Amino acid sequence: MNLRINFSSGVPIYLQLIEQIKHAVDTGAVREGEQLPTIRKVAEELAMNPNTVARAYRELERDGVIEVRHGLGAYVAEPRASSAKSIEIRKAGAVLRPAIEKGVALGLSESELRRVFEDELSRLVNDAIAARRRT
Amino acid sequence: MSETIISTQGLLKSYSGKPALRGLNLAVPRGSICGFLGRNGAGKTTTLKLLLGMLRPDGGEIRLFGETVKSEASSIAARQRLAFISEDKELYPYMTVGQTIRFTRAFFPTWRRDLEEKFLELFRLPREKAVPKLSRGMRTQLMLLLAMARGSELLMMDEPTSGLDPAMTEDILQALADLAVSDETTVFFSSHQLMEVEQICDRVCLIDEGQSVIQGVLDDLKAQYRRILLVFDAAPPLALAGLPGIDHLRQRGRTASILAHNNVDAVVESARALGAISTEVRPVTLKELFLDHVRGE
Repeated sequence: MNLRINFSSGVPIYLQLIEQIKHAVDTGAVREGEQLPTIRKVAEELAMNPNTVARAYRELERDGVIEVRHGLGAYVAEPRASSAKSIEIRKAGAVLRPAIEKGVALGLSESELRRVFEDELSRLVNDAIAARRRT
Repeated sequence: MSETIISTQGLLKSYSGKPALRGLNLAVPRGSICGFLGRNGAGKTTTLKLLLGMLRPDGGEIRLFGETVKSEASSIAARQRLAFISEDKELYPYMTVGQTIRFTRAFFPTWRRDLEEKFLELFRLPREKAVPKLSRGMRTQLMLLLAMARGSELLMMDEPTSGLDPAMTEDILQALADLAVSDETTVFFSSHQLMEVEQICDRVCLIDEGQSVIQGVLDDLKAQYRRILLVFDAAPPLALAGLPGIDHLRQRGRTASILAHNNVDAVVESARALGAISTEVRPVTLKELFLDHVRGE
């Protein structure tokens, strides 16, 4: 699992950790029963605050994503309600891949592709918000 | 996390009639790493000196490790449990690293050889190197070793990483992370390096003109505060300034930039009702919090 934290993005750090660990579980980068790095290891490797790592682990445990076995460490929990979601995420990846490949063939750079994706996504989100306000 | 290691209530200090601290309230719980922020002259060094018993307050209360620090005796009792690293990082120039460690060790019956070895290895400090030949970063590392191997429960530092290169800074931050995990050591340090504070601190205290203006868990502050960017057809309406929940408002042309906390959704709704044609809500960085609070209007 490759954790990358943007400390000065303004997004709470424990939320960034939660998102990345959930994503790793959803995409199968870490699987059920596998051990997560200890709080100490994460804190030392990223040179970040251990209380913040502990807070992320506490919330992940509460959400049923991980299981903390005392004295042993944290493990990825049994498939949660969203294990169906992890299949959906892999399906969505398969749907998007040809579109991305087409973009690359058209000569778009990584950041341009990212921008296109994010623009389209925020357009969808804005439309949804506007629709909700109309009803 | 419930025990409060550093606490001040209404702390007052003036230098020949000129107030440096105007009722400072401070609370740092055990095991946290707290960044102490503020402009030069905001009162940071005065606060550290008062906590260390180097100065006496004109009023207010200091509690360290839960005990009121009033008399010289209570101050000494507290000082035995804490360590301080000043900004100038003075060491004896005629000793080597190893001699400095041996010399210091003799004063402290609770000296931790395991921590001494651990930090020597982590910092790759050569025992035989003469103190004057140490780089600024290595001096900081040696001082950190001396401070921690004493078995201190509280480490206070005045700008520990000023003048250090990024690699050295990362080593120091790693050591602090390690201390907070292993021994529940509480760390309180002043700094102007907002990036390193965001990286290593779980709490911050921002002071301005001798008073605390923001204090708390950094992730909670980031979750509470938002920057709201508004665009209007004409100059932003004056009523904007009166909206509840607004900390700061800046206007330029047809746009307004608002720093708000807690009440963000209501502020956005009200701004729309006042005719904002575009609204954007963004997370706030520590740097923005700092600048918005210490610059004033």
